[in-house]
Amino acid sequence: MNNKRPVNLDLSKFHFPLPAIISILHRVSGIIIFAGVAFMLYGLDLSLSGEEGYGHVSELLSGFFAKLIIWGILSALLYHLVAGTKHLLMDMGVGEELASGLLAAKVTLVIAIILIVLAGVWVWAM
Amino acid sequence: MGDVSSVTNLGRSGVADWLMQRVSAYILALYTVVLLVFIIANPGLGYDAWAGLFSQTWMRIFTLMALLSIGAHAWIGLWTVTTDYMKSALPRFLVQAACGLTMFVYVVWGIQILWGF
Repeated sequence: MNNKRPVNLDLSKFHFPLPAIISILHRVSGIIIFAGVAFMLYGLDLSLSGEEGYGHVSELLSGFFAKLIIWGILSALLYHLVAGTKHLLMDMGVGEELASGLLAAKVTLVIAIILIVLAGVWVWAM
Repeated sequence: MGDVSSVTNLGRSGVADWLMQRVSAYILALYTVVLLVFIIANPGLGYDAWAGLFSQTWMRIFTLMALLSIGAHAWIGLWTVTTDYMKSALPRFLVQAACGLTMFVYVVWGIQILWGF
């Protein structure tokens, strides 16, 4: 191997194009959802255990930190869903060129932000 | 791609993983949308309607399908992430094993919830 190859692994010095940021957020949101499944299963278990358990979940969901956790999981889920849909569309050949890929990344970000804001309004109105 | 990478991936081939990731993605997307629409369409949802939904056989099968899809989907996703960022074999194997154990617990716990209430 040629040792004189320029090496720059300082990630903070890289300029990441928007599709790369969309992609890394897809990974991050996937990891958040994976951990979030534990919270969702706990909630499902408690909510199905009876009237009392269901009431307990409703009570939990009125607390600030529970709302924050639910909004966080919902945000990761909605982002992952939108970015994943972009992947499925790319499987069909949509958004594979440089220009259309950048547009698809922008559309993904805008739709995800709108859904995350709506989810926040919904969670705090519950 | 070394040997270590190819013994831990789910489908033993990139194409099989690719297909499994797509099939599980469609199932999970559908399940997410169905459940969110049900909750949004039923404001003030009570215990009876909630337990009624999850006591339906189709919903139990659909939920189990979603749980198994999470297992496969998360395995392939986390395998990709760990093989990308963790270059040292032992720590990578340990993290993958912890992820695998967590997924197994999720699936068994989910079955217990679905058929245990």
